[in-house]
Amino acid sequence: MQRIFNLACGSFYALGAYAGVSAVGWYVGAGGPPALFIVPLVLAGLAVGAVGFVVERGLLRFVYDRDETFQLLMTFAIVLVMEDAIRMTWGTAPRSTAGLYLAYGQIRVLGATAPVYNLIVILASLAIALAIGWLLTRTAFGRIIRATADNRDMAEALGIDMRRVYAKVFTLGTMLGTLGGALVIPATAAMSEMGIELIVEAFAVVVIGGLGSMRGAFVGALAVGILRAIAISVYPELEMLLIYLIVIAVLVVRPRGLFGAAEA
Amino acid sequence: MGAAVVILAVAAIAAAPLVVSTYHALLMLPFMAYAVVLLGLNLLFGYTGLVSFGHALFIGLGAYTGAFLTTHAKIRSLELILITAAALGALVAAPIAALCVRYVKIYFGMLTLAFGMVFYTFVLKFYRLTGGDEGMPFLRPSLLGLSLDAMPKIDYLVGPYYYYSLAVLALAALAMWRIVHSPFGLCLKTIRDNPTKAETLGIGVTRYRFYAFVISAVYAAVGGALLGPPTGNVDPTLAYWTHSGNIVFMTLLGGFTSFFGPVVGAFVFIYLQNWVMSVVPYWRLIFGAMLALIVIVAPEGLLGLVSRRRAVPAARA
Repeated sequence: MQRIFNLACGSFYALGAYAGVSAVGWYVGAGGPPALFIVPLVLAGLAVGAVGFVVERGLLRFVYDRDETFQLLMTFAIVLVMEDAIRMTWGTAPRSTAGLYLAYGQIRVLGATAPVYNLIVILASLAIALAIGWLLTRTAFGRIIRATADNRDMAEALGIDMRRVYAKVFTLGTMLGTLGGALVIPATAAMSEMGIELIVEAFAVVVIGGLGSMRGAFVGALAVGILRAIAISVYPELEMLLIYLIVIAVLVVRPRGLFGAAEA
Repeated sequence: MGAAVVILAVAAIAAAPLVVSTYHALLMLPFMAYAVVLLGLNLLFGYTGLVSFGHALFIGLGAYTGAFLTTHAKIRSLELILITAAALGALVAAPIAALCVRYVKIYFGMLTLAFGMVFYTFVLKFYRLTGGDEGMPFLRPSLLGLSLDAMPKIDYLVGPYYYYSLAVLALAALAMWRIVHSPFGLCLKTIRDNPTKAETLGIGVTRYRFYAFVISAVYAAVGGALLGPPTGNVDPTLAYWTHSGNIVFMTLLGGFTSFFGPVVGAFVFIYLQNWVMSVVPYWRLIFGAMLALIVIVAPEGLLGLVSRRRAVPAARA
């Protein structure tokens, strides 16, 4: 939306994951009922999203008028800083919330067993996607965001305070990232490399879907997830390779992505 | 004055193994290899205005070419390795460049990043050919037909191999100097500053960008091959996207607006990284902060700062 390709979104995801682990660890240590562990998880994910505000005000706002290359490099700088900041805070060993993954039990769907937690996450992400869609298309704030993305100068001329919009949008985006990281944590372990690993996947999702398109990002995520699952069961060596080849194909054929806006 | 500085710098590098400790002389080896890579990268970044986030692909390609030739094909001649790396670099770069140069700015960066990751995944997954995440040994190459296997490793590296790298760097720099000061180089700068105008002047913008990309890939492959022997091993992190980011960082650190800026950047990056790591393990934290600072206050890098200071009194006079 801000026309910034954020390499650091993976780092926010990792940050959310670690915060989630810590919050849940603290919660269990304090004797909270395991059934409600998702509450501290979500709260922690949202809380560390506030770092987005700091990053936007402290760093990104200086490069809005610069060449895209410098914006990209700025986010790369954030990747480097965040990776080590996470190492400093949580150490290098992987962290996980052992045991809580199956706290909600399992259910059988179409003959396969799946942990209930997975369903919760799927439902939660659907709800978040719908909420974002609603925010962007049905509210005044959403209209302002879209207007800003279309034509920043014009929006500013109409009396919109660009600094506040950018700060809000970026913080919101960061929060979604950290929340995503927190939600995934019961199913896997938090590792300091997960940020830079995720970025290439997120990148694939966004490119396939189209930059600046929410619907596209959703479809892209679905496509990448399904393709990976298929590739793993058919020919594991090709898993990520296939994703990148599709990314390249999309970039070459439709550089704006499947759902991207037409060339201006 | 500029020529004097360069001659002095070359003399200093040549004298370094005799003066500084072996440890610091060894650090010069990756510096020289990266300097070759960055001379090429800057043809694309500084002179053509395209920033690649996938040049680690060609570094990896060069390094793996050397490793493959020395371990599997029993070819130990470094001349042959460098020529093969250069040829493969050009061969692989050609189709990638043909696709990438159709785009500029962010799309160019993303496309190169995607290609880089394709190569990384290939290296990681096809372990029968590449050794997977463990990488592959890069056996000691012979120099100018002389097998130097009997030499102790350190003597080999700070002796013959050191001067061999320096010679390659000097040749690469000379060739690049000729390229950027040729009519071809001027066309590239025109394209960077105003592609539309360049097009109307009859310069084939896409074709020139293509050439610049392929040349930079050849440099990256040669530099990549030079990175192998000091460690004696190559691994997939050479081709990872953060490595591409690091070399762009080096270029920016030294200054992409000047010919030798990236070389200075490589030097400062490697020694500073080494020093920071000896004090605290968190070099990324400090380097990230440094990069952010450079982007905000000194986008023209260290040499940019120097020339700015020099320009101010001149403007007053």
